Amino acid sequence: MEGFDWGEITSNLPYLFEVGMVFTVKLTVLAMAGGIVFGTLLAMMRLSHLRWLSTVAGGYVNLMRSIPLVLVIFWFYFLVPFFGSWILREPRPIPVGTFYSALITFTMFEAAYYCEIMRAGIQSIPRGQVWSGYALGLDYWQTMGHIVLPQAFRNMLPVLLTQTIILFQDTSLVYVISATDFLGAAAKIANRDYRLVEMYSFVAVVYFVISFGLSLAVRRLQARIAVVR
Amino acid sequence: MYYHWNWGILFAQEPGGSGTYLYYLLVGLGWTLATALAAWVIALAIGAAVGTLRTTSHRWVVRLGDGYVELFRNVPLLVQMFLWYFVVPELLPEAIGDWIKQMPPPWGSYVPAVLCLGLYTSVRIAEQTKAAIQSLPRGQRAAGTAMGLTQWQTYRHVILPQAFRIILPPLTSEFMNIIKNSSVALTIGLMELTGRAKSMQEFSFQVFESFAAATVIYMLTNLVVVLAMRWLEGKVRVPGLIAEPGGVQAAH
Repeated sequence: MEGFDWGEITSNLPYLFEVGMVFTVKLTVLAMAGGIVFGTLLAMMRLSHLRWLSTVAGGYVNLMRSIPLVLVIFWFYFLVPFFGSWILREPRPIPVGTFYSALITFTMFEAAYYCEIMRAGIQSIPRGQVWSGYALGLDYWQTMGHIVLPQAFRNMLPVLLTQTIILFQDTSLVYVISATDFLGAAAKIANRDYRLVEMYSFVAVVYFVISFGLSLAVRRLQARIAVVR
Repeated sequence: MYYHWNWGILFAQEPGGSGTYLYYLLVGLGWTLATALAAWVIALAIGAAVGTLRTTSHRWVVRLGDGYVELFRNVPLLVQMFLWYFVVPELLPEAIGDWIKQMPPPWGSYVPAVLCLGLYTSVRIAEQTKAAIQSLPRGQRAAGTAMGLTQWQTYRHVILPQAFRIILPPLTSEFMNIIKNSSVALTIGLMELTGRAKSMQEFSFQVFESFAAATVIYMLTNLVVVLAMRWLEGKVRVPGLIAEPGGVQAAH
């Protein structure tokens, strides 16, 4: 340990945070927003009375949950450019860059996990709530939007946030497509200067502090918003 | 979309000369399972022990267990993988460090991958064990004490035999997680299933066939695990004590 070079860390802080951490946080926040929206729609599909709709959503969720995230990242990294060329009717695959490729991947992947959380949330709402919505003359979307989803959201908020902490950690896997997220930035410096011990230890400490801090905050929130029944 | 499908590539020879690409991927599945199973043994042993200790009445033991769980839960798996592979050998005494670094492939990446996955998964098993023990009626523990058993005897004869049987359903999903998570070991050079699908894509340029084949193999593996665990659950289920999955949990 006597050779631990603190200067290596301090001199690279701007790059690590202004490039790396910004990428990681942007990816986490946008994928969370997209994942929760898409995940909620998937949950509504899974609970639909239309058999084909719930089968499609269920199949999607099970597929995503049964293969490794690394493989999903590879899939989308190659699939998105092809899909883009198909939609835009271009003869060549459209290059989208690692950020948007990662964003689409994590939105689609985490949606499967957010879906299961929202499904449990929706199912935790007493049926009477839905019936009273219909009795008041509201249609499906109004009942969902004004009665069911707000309550489901509130009940599931701690779990949704915990899932987001996992998402924050999972984004480090964009390393496999050579993206410059927080870990990717550190890995680039570590390999350039051959300072792997310093860089990876520092990365571990930063991830720990952020994730642990967030999980403590979620626990406090959970205690505060718990509905007394 | 201009893509030339060629499923026959699965039966073409891979450039390494070991056989067909399909065989190449199946060897990868072998490494995936070998990694997952070895890590699973570590995870079960440490996880069950830590989880149990966290329910005892020794406050400092509980705190130590909590610290262990928080430590391994709040650092991304990939970062932990790099710590085991790049950092740990440097921190050990030089002779041991050099010996580790000179291990022939694939053991040089297999051993760190197993240790990493084992400890990473152990904290999740510790959480499940703790939850299972706490889900038992309080009267069980009280009855043990009333019969004059010591705390250790109560655990040995009353609590753990029940807890280990109701914990099986959550363990099924943890085992599937460890299989999936072993793919992260490709970053330290272990050629498991995902790593081989990636290199098959690089050699053959048949992107989607490579990944589709790996996807199907993962799904079939999951199916086998689910069926095997369902059979095991049927064997060891405690009548009247059906494991109530403790609500939905954040997962990965």
